[in-house]
Amino acid sequence: MTAPQDASVLSGGFVEPAVQSAHAFRALLAAMARPGTMQTVTGAQPPAPLSVAAGVALLTLADPTVPVHLAGAADTEAVRAWIAFHCGAPLVAAESAAIALGTWDALQPVSRFSMGLPDYPDRSATLIVELPALTASGAHLRGPGIRDRAELSLPETAAFIANRARFPLGFDCLFTSGSTLAALPRSTIVENA
Amino acid sequence: MSIMDRQNWMGLLARARPADLAALLPDLPQSQWLRPPEVGAVMVQGRTGGSGAPFHLGEITVTRCSLQLTCGTVGHAHVQGRDRDHAHRAALVDALMQTGAAADLQARILAPLARIETDARAARAGRAQATKVDFFTLVRGEDA
Amino acid sequence: MYVAVKGGERAIDNAHAWLAEDRRGDTTVAELSVPQIREQLALAVNRVMAEGSLYDPDLAALAIKQARGDLIEAVFLIRAYRTTLPRFGTSIPVDTARMRVDRRISATFKDLPGGQILGPTFDYTHRLLDFKLAAEGAPLAPTPQAAPDMAPVPHVTALLDRDELIEATPDTGEAPPDLTRQPLELPANRALRLQALARADEGFILSLAYSTQRGYGRTHAFVGELRIGAVAVELEIPELGFAITIGEMTLTECETVNQFKGSRTEPPQFTRGYGLVLGQCERKSIAMSLVDRALRWKELGEDFTGAPAQDEEFVLSHADNVQATGFLEHIKLPHYVDFQAELELVRRLRAEALAQTQPSPRAAAE
Repeated sequence: MTAPQDASVLSGGFVEPAVQSAHAFRALLAAMARPGTMQTVTGAQPPAPLSVAAGVALLTLADPTVPVHLAGAADTEAVRAWIAFHCGAPLVAAESAAIALGTWDALQPVSRFSMGLPDYPDRSATLIVELPALTASGAHLRGPGIRDRAELSLPETAAFIANRARFPLGFDCLFTSGSTLAALPRSTIVENA
Repeated sequence: MSIMDRQNWMGLLARARPADLAALLPDLPQSQWLRPPEVGAVMVQGRTGGSGAPFHLGEITVTRCSLQLTCGTVGHAHVQGRDRDHAHRAALVDALMQTGAAADLQARILAPLARIETDARAARAGRAQATKVDFFTLVRGEDA
Repeated sequence: MYVAVKGGERAIDNAHAWLAEDRRGDTTVAELSVPQIREQLALAVNRVMAEGSLYDPDLAALAIKQARGDLIEAVFLIRAYRTTLPRFGTSIPVDTARMRVDRRISATFKDLPGGQILGPTFDYTHRLLDFKLAAEGAPLAPTPQAAPDMAPVPHVTALLDRDELIEATPDTGEAPPDLTRQPLELPANRALRLQALARADEGFILSLAYSTQRGYGRTHAFVGELRIGAVAVELEIPELGFAITIGEMTLTECETVNQFKGSRTEPPQFTRGYGLVLGQCERKSIAMSLVDRALRWKELGEDFTGAPAQDEEFVLSHADNVQATGFLEHIKLPHYVDFQAELELVRRLRAEALAQTQPSPRAAAE
């Protein structure tokens, strides 16, 4: 038996999956619907270096039909085992991922992620971007779900401007830091501050 | 009787009728949930022509759970159907079979379950054999 | 013209109350339990599992009770329920060669290894109503038993395959598409067609299969083998790193052997049609294998004769009874919006048509 039997990677999931994943899904939905707003989530204790928010997003969004890519330092033995037990998601190369997780640097080049097809723009990747800090300041956001203008501490702007230009194709982003998350869907117009 | 391997005992526990397992393990030892019992589905695959390329046939309901005994041993269960107690008991036996209690459990629970299963299968196969046809050819078409 | 309406809530509540009362029927008659349905209406349960595409006899029995025996309504309930279940994974393909058979017959080979096992079949009954069943509690005669043979029974087609008389069905290793996750896209490969047929309406598939026998896309099918029995369902468990048996299910499998003179691309050999259905669903599995074979005309280099059973767009788009009944039955629901517009249009067209053909009475008087 080569599989990990270390109970530490088997803990840290939702204790009440039905209720907690419903709350988490609501938070993710609110984040996507209102780009730039901060959501606080709880309930996951993923192995380092994953943040609580990234763990919550994985528990809520990933399952055996959702291929996940772990980029850079996020790709550890413990994280792999944790995802195997709690999500059952297959781990794949960046090109075939529905969800990719890592720091912004580790996720580069983002052009390798699936952008969807003209008939099915939904067949695209969602990037979970781990940031050292996440604040409602920085790049200017406009577009659907934003009354006038929002601000978000994006790691850069050029990649998101290029992503918006491909709309309705493109990737969507969740930014996570500690137990905070915010989202940047492909529909949002990003401008330099 | 030698101790079964884990793959076999997990399969036997999953195939057991919940009532049979409950009768053999009425009292549940202390444990802590790593994953409380959850009902879901598994997509079952068939093969084209019985042996060719796989295709999706349909789903089956499955209940799974994982737990940890007070000694730290971890037990898992994936059992057909929607019976949470069945999954709970299967995971407990899976964990206990990895401890010093294995020989005792093998004799008290696994061996009786295996016997029940073998008897039920033999009874069914016996009925099937009783409907086996003994042909005798009267005349072939081309001879007529 | 848009007509917004509200109301009907009280009428709907009362209709549901009456439905519940009618479902129960005459209260002087004992109520049916779900286990009674599961055990004694097992073939209805099997049909609901097959077309609901979810193997769970207790749930299917409950659905039949709730639907008052309307099997398509019961299938609808099962399909709705299954969408609420998290998907834990995909099984290792079941091995039907290791099926513990209750029934196994071949119409093409009389003396086949393992023998012809009739199982609990209706085939040789006289189709005369048995009034003894109307009297409850009649004692059952014990079922005869012979010495059990637990050895797996080989597939008949494997015997033909050894002599290369029948086409091979290699495992291409291609990941099969999943109709429950991705919308139907045409052209469909065989794996997608088989998934659609396995959950298709039995009546629709039966009629299509019958049409091929009558000449609309004839495939010269013989039942090479029909088997019903239990197979193990095995699942790879990520946290364990190995596969375990998670349970057993009853399946019905049919393989047809089809005469084939050869075509532009294929040599003369026997070809195959395949049917595999959840539960004991014999008629459906035979029909499925005939329709599967008819749909394979392109890959075998046969001509498209315009037969419905050869037309995959026609077959796959209309085979699902939940889709079909959903679209069919929605037209009885309020369509005031569309109908108001239609009414206006018809009135105007009538007025124009009448004005052209008939001079107005006033004009005639002048």
